[in-house]
Amino acid sequence: MQRKQKLTRNTAYFVPYTLWIVLFVIAPVILLIYQSFFNIDGQFTLGNYQTYFTSSTYLMMTVNSVWYAFLITLATLLISYPTAYLLNETKHPQLWLLLIIMPTWINLLLKAYAFIGIFSQVGIANQFLSFIGIGPKQLLFTNFSFIFVAAYIQIPFMVLPIYNAVSELNPSYVNASRDLGATPWQTFSRVIFPLTLPGVKAGIQAVFIPSLSLFMLTRLIGGNKVITLGTAIEEHFLTTMNWGMGSTIGVVLIIAMVIIMWLTGGSKRRPRKGLTK
Amino acid sequence: MTRKFKWRHLYLWLVFIVLYAPIIFLVVYSFSAGTTMNNFHGFTWSHYQDLFADSRLIAIFLDTLLIALLSSVLATTIGTLGALGINNTTRPVARNTILSLNNILMVSPDVIIGASFLIFFTALKIPLGFGSVLLSHIAFSIPIVVLMVLPKIQEMGTSLLDAASDLGANNWQLLSQVIVPYIMPGIFSGFFMALTYSLDDFAVTFFVTGNGFTTLSVEIYSRARQGINLEINALSGLMFLLALILVIGYYFINQYSSRHRAAARGRRS
Repeated sequence: MQRKQKLTRNTAYFVPYTLWIVLFVIAPVILLIYQSFFNIDGQFTLGNYQTYFTSSTYLMMTVNSVWYAFLITLATLLISYPTAYLLNETKHPQLWLLLIIMPTWINLLLKAYAFIGIFSQVGIANQFLSFIGIGPKQLLFTNFSFIFVAAYIQIPFMVLPIYNAVSELNPSYVNASRDLGATPWQTFSRVIFPLTLPGVKAGIQAVFIPSLSLFMLTRLIGGNKVITLGTAIEEHFLTTMNWGMGSTIGVVLIIAMVIIMWLTGGSKRRPRKGLTK
Repeated sequence: MTRKFKWRHLYLWLVFIVLYAPIIFLVVYSFSAGTTMNNFHGFTWSHYQDLFADSRLIAIFLDTLLIALLSSVLATTIGTLGALGINNTTRPVARNTILSLNNILMVSPDVIIGASFLIFFTALKIPLGFGSVLLSHIAFSIPIVVLMVLPKIQEMGTSLLDAASDLGANNWQLLSQVIVPYIMPGIFSGFFMALTYSLDDFAVTFFVTGNGFTTLSVEIYSRARQGINLEINALSGLMFLLALILVIGYYFINQYSSRHRAAARGRRS
């Protein structure tokens, strides 16, 4: 009786949720893979994959996309690690963390738009460069501005997991290392960094995957000079209407995602908003 | 020692300033009388007046809000029921499979979600517009609701439910009078997260929106591609305010629930 009652309750709860999993999680991915085997005229073909893996344009684009994602992740990591570490040593770390995370609640498009103003020909960045005597430079629509803005947007997503790892680090290990005569660098490279590595991995995962697909930034800030996998997918789906090719690049992006998750260990969830802990 | 301390604070302050400068920059120029974001030309409310006189933008804003509220209410309902279901699933294999499937939409890049949903809607001949955007927003908000509600359900334990059953509560009473009140803070956090996911989304909406329907993010994108327009700055001022209210709301719900928990623990001991 008891078991039967529990069973009916279970199924009743589960109907809409299961429907969601089938319709919006499984079906779209299968459809994407299915679509990748069709050319622009709707004929079944392996041609999309053949084109992708033999065309130097597509391969260069992929290499470029991965390279820029790597640069963005590296820049984000170099800024975020000290931030997260120092955050842990302040008196009110939770308050600081909240302040670092707050900008993720502002619409991404608005932040990108702000940089169009900041980096423009006579914008505030160039006014500053003129003021310190370097003189105005072309800033907007350069690779530098793309990396800068992407890193700016991703910093909170890197700080959060590293902070969580640093705050779990037992300070007695650090003290023991110092007592045993390790230099500050040795303490960092042999004790602190290895112990906070899970946080760094989670951060890399949270930053690298979206960096492969930030098509709005390549358009608004990068001036279409950098073409990422995301830009290519958007272009094929919404401009040239070649869904088959777009899906093929999508499959490549999914494979890249799986590889990164495999390298960084496990499918930890990526908080798209900072306050999700 | 004190010197070292100051250096540390300097670095944090620098990161902090870099993070906030662009946002403050946007809001400051929303009050500038000029037409560019280069020099401040004196204080004016005129961009806000333009904003409120722009009936197209207001219609888009209301649509965005409607989508956000509808999608988060529905996602919260489906997600909460899903979390209850997951909690009742006792076999570890089934449970882990469901949780992995749940997290797929959280780790996937937005472009993949958008493109695959576009194929999905086209295959089912669902017209692109309000309906497809609403369905997509519900779909990508469900996993976060599950993740916010599930820990609360697990915290509840079985003794409370057993006690209620022993006292003769039926399934509906159990759900409405014991379970839901207990997990309410989790449901609220899930709802808030769903709300901000929906308000913030650009990429997925951009793919599935079609021609007739627009949300704020998509509108900002198309206007930003045309260059600087201080009306967008005024809009960002208002959205900053909205984000601030949401964060403070979320913060207080968290504070309230942790206080509540502490109080409950105090009573028990």
